[in-house]
Amino acid sequence: MFKKFMCVFMASLMILGLSGCTWNDPETVANDGIFRVSMVPDTGGVNDQSFNQSALEGLYELRDETGAHISYMESKQPSDYALNLDKLSDGPSDLIIGVGSMLFDAIDEVAAQNLDKNFAIVDYSFGDDITNNLTGIVFRAQEAAFMVGYVAGMTTKTNKVGFIGGMRNDVIDQFQYGYEAGIRYAEKERHANIEVLVQYAESFSDAAKGKAIAAKMYSDNCDIVFHAAGGVGYGVIEAAKDSHKFVIGVDKDQSDLAPDNVLTSAVKSVGTAVKLVSKELMDGKVIGGKNYEFGLNEGCVGIPENHKNMDELVYKKALQLEELIKSGKITVPYNVETYKNYLRDLN
Amino acid sequence: MLNSIISIINTTLMYSAPLVFGAMGGVLSECSGVINVGIEGMMTFGAFVGAGVGFYSQNPWFGLLAGGLAGALLAILHAIACVTFKADQTISGMALNFIGPGLALFLCRLFFNDMTMTDRVPNKLPKVFGSVDITVLIALLVTILLWFFLYKTKFGLRIRSVGENPAAADTLGINVSKVRYASVIMSGLLAGLGGSSMTLAVISQFTPTAISGQGFIALAAVIFGKWTPHGAYGACLLFAFAQALAVILGGGKIDVPSEILNMLPYVLTIIVLVLFVGKSMAPKANGKPYRKGTR
Repeated sequence: MFKKFMCVFMASLMILGLSGCTWNDPETVANDGIFRVSMVPDTGGVNDQSFNQSALEGLYELRDETGAHISYMESKQPSDYALNLDKLSDGPSDLIIGVGSMLFDAIDEVAAQNLDKNFAIVDYSFGDDITNNLTGIVFRAQEAAFMVGYVAGMTTKTNKVGFIGGMRNDVIDQFQYGYEAGIRYAEKERHANIEVLVQYAESFSDAAKGKAIAAKMYSDNCDIVFHAAGGVGYGVIEAAKDSHKFVIGVDKDQSDLAPDNVLTSAVKSVGTAVKLVSKELMDGKVIGGKNYEFGLNEGCVGIPENHKNMDELVYKKALQLEELIKSGKITVPYNVETYKNYLRDLN
Repeated sequence: MLNSIISIINTTLMYSAPLVFGAMGGVLSECSGVINVGIEGMMTFGAFVGAGVGFYSQNPWFGLLAGGLAGALLAILHAIACVTFKADQTISGMALNFIGPGLALFLCRLFFNDMTMTDRVPNKLPKVFGSVDITVLIALLVTILLWFFLYKTKFGLRIRSVGENPAAADTLGINVSKVRYASVIMSGLLAGLGGSSMTLAVISQFTPTAISGQGFIALAAVIFGKWTPHGAYGACLLFAFAQALAVILGGGKIDVPSEILNMLPYVLTIIVLVLFVGKSMAPKANGKPYRKGTR
C-alpha cells in the first residue's frame, strides 16, 4: 500500500515539475471582427521582468485601448517554440508574435507553412530576404546606450568606466558601441580623457562571473559599469552594491535592484514596439514583408525618468541629447565600423 | 599587481563556495554507493527556498538553513527512488534536475507576485576578513568535518563500506538502506546549502539562472577529486581559480579573444585531470542498487 502511494506521489511530483507549459486562453472560432494577437515568449517566460514581460504588457495595453484579444503560450524549452507557434497558427489569431531572436528559426518555418497568418519576431531582422507574412521588429538600442554612455561620461569622477557584455552579437554590439560613443561625446564636452574597459562574460546566466568581472573593474578604479548581459547583470549590480559604486541597468529601469547604486538604465521597451506593430495591422496596414526599426523617435528606447543618483544638470543635458538624436543631428553607431566612422566625424 | 592577486583570490573563493557545498554533497552520496546527478536540481531548489525564506524572515541564516532543508527534501525523493525502489540512479537524478528548477519557478510565481525571480533579501550573509563571504569559511569547515566524518568515525566507515561492498556490510549487521538514506539526504542538505549560498551571499535574490551549471561542475569535481572530500575541494578551488584567471586576463591590454579565455577553466580542468590526477576509482558499488541476498 505504502509503495503504491509513494509511486503515485512521486509521479505527481514529477508531473508538477515538468509542467511548465501553459496555454492561456485558446480560441478556436473567428469571423467576429475581433482582432486577435498571440505571442510566444522565449524560455524566460512572460514574467521574466525583462523583454518578454514588457511585450505582454504592451499587448495588455493594446487590449485595454482597443479591445483586441490577447493570448500567449509559454515554452519550457527551445524545442517548444515551433510547436507553440504551430498551435497558435491553427487558431484564429490575426498576428502571432515571437519574442526574442532565439525564435527566428521556428517563426521562419511556421510562417512558411501558414501563409494566411501574420507573424512577427522581436529582436530579429530578416533583411531583404523576407516573406510577405513575416515582420521583423528591431530596436535602435544604441540610442539609449548613447544616452547612458553620455551620463556615465559626465558623471565619472575617476575618468574610468566599464562595460560588461554577455556574448558578442548584433544586439549587444548596439549597446557597447552606442555606450562608447556616448562616452566619447561627453569626453569631448568635458575635455577629459575617459578610459573604457570592455569585457565579455561569454554567458548570459553566470551571475558569479558578472560579479567577479565587475568587482575587478571597480577595484581597477572604474566608478561606473554598464552591463548588457542578462542574468550576468545581477552579479554586476551586486558588485556595485558591495563596492558602493554606480552601475547602469539594461532593458528596463533596474533601480529597484539597488536603489542607491543604479545610476540610470538603457531602457528598451519591447511592449511599445509590439503594440505599435499590432496597431498597424489592426488599422488595415500591411506589415508583412517589412522590418521595423524602433528607437527614440518611436518612444521605444530611452532612459527612465527616475534619476535620483544623477546630477540634475546631467539629466537635463541627456534629454537635450535625446532631441539631437531624434532630429538626426547625431547618428549613433551600432557596430565597429559605424563606431570608427563616428569617431572620425566627432574629431 | 597586488591588486590583481587579491582580486584573483577573492574571485576564486567567491566562485568556489557554492561548488564546494555541491561537491561535498556528491562525495557523501557517492561514497555510500548512490550516484547523485541531481545536485544541480537540488541546488536550484535550495537557491530559491534560501532566497525566499531569507526574504520573508529577513534573516539570511534562516534562509541558508531552509535552503539546505529544501535540498534534503528533494534528496528524499532520490533516496526513495534509488534505495527503496532500486530505480536507475542516473535517471532519478536527471529527473530531479527537472523537478528542482520546475518546483522553484512554480513556487516562486506563487509567493512572489507571479514573477520568476524573488525580491531582494533585506540582509545578506555577513562577510569576514573584509570581503570574503562567510559561506567560504563554512564550505571549508564542511569539507574538514566531512573528511573527519568519513575517515575517522565509525559512521564514516559504515558509509564507505556500504559504498564498496554492501553485501559484506549487510552480513556484518549494517542496515544498508538506512545508511544510504541518511547519506543521500545529507547530500541533498549540502547541495541545498550550496544553492542558497549563491542567492544569499554571491547575489541577493533568486533568478531562474542563479544556478546555471554549478551542480554539474561540482559533480565533475567529485570525480576529479577521486571521491574524497579534500580532493573534491581542491578540484573546486582549481576550477574557481581558472575562472578567476579568465576574469583577470579578460578585457586587459593583451588582446585574447574572450571566447578562448573563457574556455580556460574547462581546458585547464581536462589538462590537470589527464596529466596529474591519474586514474579515478569510484566506490565499487557506486550506482548499483543493493538487493539483499545478491553479491
